[in-house]
Amino acid sequence: MSSVLYDVPGPKAVARNRVLGVVTILVVLGIIGFFVWRLADTGQFTAQKWSAFTYTNVWAQIGEATMRTIAAFVVAALGALALGFVLAIGRLSDHKWVRWPFTAVIEVFRAIPVLVFMFLLYYGFPVLGIRMEPYWAVVIALICYNGSVLAEVIRAGVESLPSGQAEAGYAVGLRKAGVMRLVLLPQAIRAMMPVIIAQLVVTLKDTALGFIITYPELLFYAKYIGAQPSVGSPIIPATIIVGAIYIALCLLLSYVATLVEKRLRRSPRVGQVAAPVQPPQQGGTDTALIVAQRGGPAI
Amino acid sequence: MGVITDNLDVWSEALGGTLLLFFAGGALALVLGLIVGAMRVSPVPIARGVGTFYVSAIRNTPLTLVFFAFVFALPPLLGLRLTGDVSLTLGICALGIYTATYVAEAIRSGVNTVPVGQAEAARALGLGFGQVMTLVVLPQAFRSVIPPMMSVFIALLKNTTVAAGFSIVNLGSVRNYLSERGENAFVVILWVMVIFVALVLLLSWLQRTLENRWRVAR
Repeated sequence: MSSVLYDVPGPKAVARNRVLGVVTILVVLGIIGFFVWRLADTGQFTAQKWSAFTYTNVWAQIGEATMRTIAAFVVAALGALALGFVLAIGRLSDHKWVRWPFTAVIEVFRAIPVLVFMFLLYYGFPVLGIRMEPYWAVVIALICYNGSVLAEVIRAGVESLPSGQAEAGYAVGLRKAGVMRLVLLPQAIRAMMPVIIAQLVVTLKDTALGFIITYPELLFYAKYIGAQPSVGSPIIPATIIVGAIYIALCLLLSYVATLVEKRLRRSPRVGQVAAPVQPPQQGGTDTALIVAQRGGPAI
Repeated sequence: MGVITDNLDVWSEALGGTLLLFFAGGALALVLGLIVGAMRVSPVPIARGVGTFYVSAIRNTPLTLVFFAFVFALPPLLGLRLTGDVSLTLGICALGIYTATYVAEAIRSGVNTVPVGQAEAARALGLGFGQVMTLVVLPQAFRSVIPPMMSVFIALLKNTTVAAGFSIVNLGSVRNYLSERGENAFVVILWVMVIFVALVLLLSWLQRTLENRWRVAR
């Protein structure tokens, strides 16, 4: 195998690579060994530290906390997709007076950290007399942020289509709405599917921010159970368990996403259309956004 | 405006905290990301595997959980007392380790955009490994790494606010301090938003400038 960085290795390079491989293994083993030693030394492997997780009640509550995480994610994801379409179509409008406010909204929402937006909803709005549950603060903030990111993704997808697509649509007598709904959006969504899914994984991860504004999701429960002296304050076991649940949820979502994507690609009706779509080659931050997100999820 | 001018001490400390988290976390992320990115494109299969595992594990972990693990779970493990400086250091580590995965991905995809033919041509001319890297591959890879790297740093700037949930002073925690002084929380948070929009616009402008200066000409 030849790559940009190295040629097919000869005998010397093979020997050097083996040495490097052994060194890598040793470093990784060293790091793992250090943590295992610290875990053992501070008594994290004792039965008492894990005793909390032998109760059915604790697991039932972990289950409930997981459901609350998922409840926030599902509503936020659906809302973000809906808002994303609205904002994208608004920004793609032919009228300047429609396009301009939508552009401003998208740019502002993208620039504000999600957590600060949650603070505004949860701590700021009561000053104006609007009180809401932490759940709604989490969900609304996630919808606004992810919706505006998705709007940019969808817009980039539409703009990446060859102009002949829209022209052909108009030529067969479709109106603007028809061209958008029947011709442009289906192709754009298919082309941008990986990025959209990646953004949904980001949404799932960001539900954990609810912990900071006291939404009782998984992390919140980990903190709670980790501070119970009656079961030995098992903060480290709780972190390990909750971390495993989060990673599993995200991997599951990514896996479902790949399945959906493969299905879309296999479908014979779309194979020819979706293939030639290239990511947009334009200046500015949109390119950067897409480039960053094609490699994986945004942060 | 009074909210800012009356409490300049809190605001300057908070802005300093955000910038410290941003620059220190960014520096750590760059160093770690370079190492992991190099591992992911190296000819050593084990190093590639370790790099891939690290990137996919951290990428599927919420940043809040990384902070949680560093600030709450690590101190008892290492026997640290949780003082202000310790939680600041741990917060910087959490940000750096989380962002490093994105830096590594940006570097990896940047290197992968250089056509293999470029390196093959360079090798055919008789250039050694160092020359191929410094004269042919890295200058091209650098140009395509710049835009995604700046996006990573914009995201890092916004992510610094997560530290507010772990009693590390930054712009996200201004509300805490100022509500004790009886300031209007709504106005305070609006000002925080304005500052973030300004900082992000600044970084976007820098991104555009750098992108134009080092445009890929292929």
